[in-house]
Amino acid sequence: MTRSATIARSGRPIWVKCMAEPLLVVDQLQSWYGESHILHGMSFEVGKGEIVTLLGRNGAGKTTTLRSIMGLVKQRSGSVRYEGKETIKLSANQIARSGIAFCPEERGIFSSLTVKENLLLPPEIAQGGMSTERVYELFPILKTRGNSQGTKLSGGEQQMLAIARILRTGARLLLLDEPTEGLAPVIVEKIGEIITKLREEGFTILLVEQNFRFAERVGDRHYVVEHGEVVDRFERDEVAANREKITGYLGV
Amino acid sequence: MDFLGIPLPVFMGQLLIGLINGAFYAVLSLGLALIFGLLNIVNFAHGALYMVGAFVAFLLLDYVGIGYWPALILSPLIVGAFGMVIERFLLRPIADLDHLYGLLLTFGLALLLEGIFRQVYGVSGETYAIPASLQGGFNLGFMFLPTYRAWVIVAAVIVCGATWFLIEQTRLGATMRAAVENADLVRAFGVNVPLLVTLTYGLGVGLAAFAGVLAAPIYSVNPLMGSNIIIVVFAIVVIGGLGSIKGAIASGFMLGLFEGLTRVFYPEASNIIIFVVMAVVLIVRPAGLFGKAA
Ligand SMILES: Nc1ncnc2c1ncn2[C@@H]1O[C@H](COP(=O)(O)OP(=O)(O)OP(=O)(O)O)[C@@H](O)[C@H]1O
Ligand SMILES: [Mg+2]
Repeated sequence: MTRSATIARSGRPIWVKCMAEPLLVVDQLQSWYGESHILHGMSFEVGKGEIVTLLGRNGAGKTTTLRSIMGLVKQRSGSVRYEGKETIKLSANQIARSGIAFCPEERGIFSSLTVKENLLLPPEIAQGGMSTERVYELFPILKTRGNSQGTKLSGGEQQMLAIARILRTGARLLLLDEPTEGLAPVIVEKIGEIITKLREEGFTILLVEQNFRFAERVGDRHYVVEHGEVVDRFERDEVAANREKITGYLGV
Repeated sequence: MDFLGIPLPVFMGQLLIGLINGAFYAVLSLGLALIFGLLNIVNFAHGALYMVGAFVAFLLLDYVGIGYWPALILSPLIVGAFGMVIERFLLRPIADLDHLYGLLLTFGLALLLEGIFRQVYGVSGETYAIPASLQGGFNLGFMFLPTYRAWVIVAAVIVCGATWFLIEQTRLGATMRAAVENADLVRAFGVNVPLLVTLTYGLGVGLAAFAGVLAAPIYSVNPLMGSNIIIVVFAIVVIGGLGSIKGAIASGFMLGLFEGLTRVFYPEASNIIIFVVMAVVLIVRPAGLFGKAA
C-alpha cells in the first residue's frame, strides 16, 4: 500500500526527466464489467525494448488490464498512451493498428482454421514485422504441422502458434497473458528462450505471469497487482533482496 | 421405358424439378448460413429480400430496359447494398442485445417489404420472360430438358462453389471464419470486424437476390414468393447445421432431390417431407448433419 501511494503521489516519475515518454504509459486505468468495478486505477509503464511483468494472484485483474489496454473491455477510463498517443477512446482494431499485439490467456487458436491460416490471420499493420521464414525458423513445428487444424496442436504448440502469429504483423509491443500456464517445464524453458530472443530483436513485451520463477528470469521490471491496482514494483536488481516479500504477494 | 413402375420421363422430370428446387434452397440457405455465422441471427428477412431481388430484375427491365444478364449482377449488388444499409443502421445498434431482437427486427422487415410490394403489385404476380439466349431446350432422349432450367442448376453450382471457395480457401474467408469463432480477438489483431459483418450481411443478402433473379423467369415475380420458400429453407439450414457453409449447400441440393423423389413415390408427403427430415435430424443429430456438436 505504501509503495503504491508513493507511485501515485509522485505521479509522473522518472521519464519526465529524460523527456521521451516510455513506449506504453498506463495511468489511473479503471475498468468495469457491467456493474463490477475491476480495475481501480492501474498505473505503470513499459519502456521501449523492456520486458515488464504484471504479477498477481488469480482474479487480481491482470488479464483485465491487458484486455483494457487492447480496447476489448469497453467500459474503461483513465489514460493509456502508446508512443505518446492516447488510446483510451479508440476501438480494439484501431489500437491494434497503432502497433500493439495481444496473445490471450486462453491462446485463442481458431479451430476452423489450419495452423497456417492461424499464423497468417493477423494482418500486417506496419512494416518491419518478422518474416514468415524467420517465424518458421523460431518455431519449426508450425511449418511441419501447417495443414493441421489449429486446435489439433498440443497445448505447448498452440502457445507457440499464439505467440508466433503476432510477430509477423509489425507490432512492436506484445501483450502476453500467462504464456507458460499449464505447460511442461521443457516448453516453459523454450518459451523463455523465445521471449529473450524477441527482446534482442527489438520487441517490447508486457508479460502477465503467476509463475514468478519464470517472470524473474526474463523481466526487467515487475509490478505486483492486487484487487485491480498496482501495489508494488521491483526493478530486476531489487528482486533478490525482496524475494520473500514478492512470494508473499503471490501467495506461493 | 419404366423405372420402378414409373415412366422414366416422369421420374426424371420430377428429379429435375427437385434439383432445381434444390438449387434455390442451396443458394438461399448458403446466404442464411453466412449471416447466421457472423451475426448470430436467423435472417427472417431473407425470403423477402429474395423476392425483392426478383422485383428489382423485373423493374430494371420494365422501367429502364435493362435485361436479364445485367440484372443478374445488378440486382444482387443493389439488394446487397440495401442489406448493408440495414445492417449498419438497424442491426448493428442492437447487436449487443439478445439475438431475439435481431430476429424480431428482420421478421418485421420481411413483413414490411412484403406489405409494400403487395400494396403496389397485388398478389397475382408479374411475368418475367426467359432471356432469348436461354430459350428452348435439349432432347435427352428420355426427356426434354429446358435450357433455362439447366442454366439455373449450373448458375447455382457456380455461385455456391465460388462462395465456398471464398470462405474456405481465401484469406478473407479465413478472417470471416475466425470472426465467427472469436470476434473480439480478430478485432484485437487490427481487423475491422464490424465492417466485415456489414459486408457479410451484404453478401448473404446479395445471394438471396441472385436466387430471386434466377427464379424470376420460372415462377412469376410475386410479393409472396419469398415467404413461400423461406420456411422450407429454414428447415434445410437446421438440417445442414446452423452456420455450416458446406452443410447449407449440400443439404440444399440433397433435400431438393429428396423432395422430388418423394413427389414420385408418395406425392401426398412431398410438402412435408423436409420437415419430417428436420425432425428426425434434430432428434438424432441436434447440431445438424454437418454442424459441429456444441
Ligand atoms: N467477463 C467478465 N465479467 C465479469 N467479471 C469478470 C469478467 N472477467 C473477469 N472478471 C472478474 O474480474 C476480476 C479480475 O479478473 P482477471 O481475469 O483480470 O484476473 P487475472 O488476474 O487475470 O486472474 P488469473 O490469474 O486467474 O488469470 C475477477 O474477479 C473476475 O471474476
Ligand atoms: Mg488472467
